Amino acid sequence: MKRFIGFVKKEFYHIFRDRRSLFILFGMPIAQILLFGFAITNEINNVDIAVLDHSKDATTKEIIYKISASKYFSIKQMITHEADIASVFEKGQVKAVLNFENDFSKNLINDHKATIQIVTDATDPNTANTISNYVNAILQQYQLELNKGTTTPYQIVSQTRMVYNPELKSVYMFVPGVMTIILMLVSAMMTSISITKEKELGTMEILLVSPINPFQVIIGKVVPYIFLSVINAIVIVLLSIFIFHMPVQGSLFLLGLESVLFIVSALALGILISTISKTQQTAMMISLMGLMLPVILLSGFIFPISSMPVPLQIISNIIPAKWFIIIIKGIMLKGVGIQYIWKETLILLGMTVFFIALSVKKYKIRLE
Amino acid sequence: MDNDKVIQVEGLTKMFGDFTAVDAITFDVKKGEIFGFLGANGAGKTTAMKMLIGISIPTAGTANVAGFDVFKQAEDIKKNIGYMSQKFALYDDLTVKENITFFGGIYGLSRNVIKEKSDVLITELGLQKVANQLVASLPLGWKQKLSFSVALIHDPKIVFLDEPTGGVDPITRRQFWEMIYKAANEGTTVFVTTHYMDEAEYCDRVSIMVNGKIEALDTPKKLKKQFNAATMNDVFLKLARG
Repeated sequence: MKRFIGFVKKEFYHIFRDRRSLFILFGMPIAQILLFGFAITNEINNVDIAVLDHSKDATTKEIIYKISASKYFSIKQMITHEADIASVFEKGQVKAVLNFENDFSKNLINDHKATIQIVTDATDPNTANTISNYVNAILQQYQLELNKGTTTPYQIVSQTRMVYNPELKSVYMFVPGVMTIILMLVSAMMTSISITKEKELGTMEILLVSPINPFQVIIGKVVPYIFLSVINAIVIVLLSIFIFHMPVQGSLFLLGLESVLFIVSALALGILISTISKTQQTAMMISLMGLMLPVILLSGFIFPISSMPVPLQIISNIIPAKWFIIIIKGIMLKGVGIQYIWKETLILLGMTVFFIALSVKKYKIRLE
Repeated sequence: MDNDKVIQVEGLTKMFGDFTAVDAITFDVKKGEIFGFLGANGAGKTTAMKMLIGISIPTAGTANVAGFDVFKQAEDIKKNIGYMSQKFALYDDLTVKENITFFGGIYGLSRNVIKEKSDVLITELGLQKVANQLVASLPLGWKQKLSFSVALIHDPKIVFLDEPTGGVDPITRRQFWEMIYKAANEGTTVFVTTHYMDEAEYCDRVSIMVNGKIEALDTPKKLKKQFNAATMNDVFLKLARG
């Protein structure tokens, strides 16, 4: 055990004395999360919208006034026919159309209920979602004012209709994706490089000739990265909570456990890569091409899996990151517990066990 | 087992598929001896050595190193031998002291012993001033000497040196051989591979491998006589040409 602690200590020296690895470890997660966070901003400003007012009464006028008075929207066009909705969208003039039903005021007074439809262009799903949320917020406020001192509340019902991408399937929440990439990068690439470095420098041979157990060598190399990856995951979650106000709906404990599982699977991949590559450069190339690209392209992080060609959809199943993203999206965004993600967890666990077994086998062969 | 013999090898063979890298070699090495293990590149030296240091399992034959069997007791062998490879193999990004501490720890030495050893070692090598500097900043010759001392840190019975003087200037090579002699005088057996034939002359006994077989084994003096050659280089050339 003392031997092992000495070994782990040495690994930390390696990491902390190499500026490049320090940068990858700590600079990159922060830079990425900030970049993604600000590039995919949830703020909207002066978004052009059109209005289709079928009733043209006092209430609709008031609502239209409220909306145009907010800094978020500017009303570009008043249209008169249902058919114009498609054409304004196609021309790209507006991002949303507010469609008031016939006899809006009358319905509100008689039935205490009137309906407005918010039609948004969901080719940019984030903006579409945000627009609908903002319009709803304005409507809610108006409704509150309207209901002051009334016994039977008036209700303005809004129906959101997304055109072009109705189910918002391409909504990629950047935090789960970035977290996956970072953990993959730190765990798999950094370990594979650090192990091949020992091979390249010839120190691995010295270690193998020494009485230290070869598996202790590998575990000793991996432990610091587990530790640092966990810190990274925590930093990412904290950044997203405090800078981007992204709520974590589910259990942080479960999130932590799932992250450790994913980290271990990535580490096993890193070990596997190190057994097949002779130089640090090869290890880096294999990690980048073999792990990072699939994670970015096929995990559903940026490009929705559902809109990929079928062969790619099938391939995406063998990418651990895909399952991890589903899991953490579930925990972070939907707040689900293990009962909803046990299947994905089991798949990830199976993959982890498989990768560990495979890398142990490969490593043993190499020792012969 | 003959107590005087720290390495006993009989019919040791290693095959990779159909290729016989080491072909039934037989020899033994006495305690405190400097044993030169010579051969051209690809003759099977490194493969043979890997079997002796317990990181490669032989296909056939028997070998006993430091009193332990290479098949069953590789872990015990590892505790009792030191090894220095042709590549400089200390950690560049650790200081001299950290390297010594690390390798001492790997061999299971206690903290006190490591401290004591590292003081002695640093003084002997004259590295006091650079003890807390990164190894990367040292000249190659110093690194090589440090590397050798680290290989001896746990007082191994046998030290295996794989082309230890590759790429080192003649003066350092000389100093290096002085260190080898000192270790041998203190009772450590030295098993050294080299392709510098002048270095072969420094060895007590020399074996020469050609195509996986040991073709000659004796003291340098007797070998020169046997092959009617002036230098070990000539002996080697005569053997290599067959």
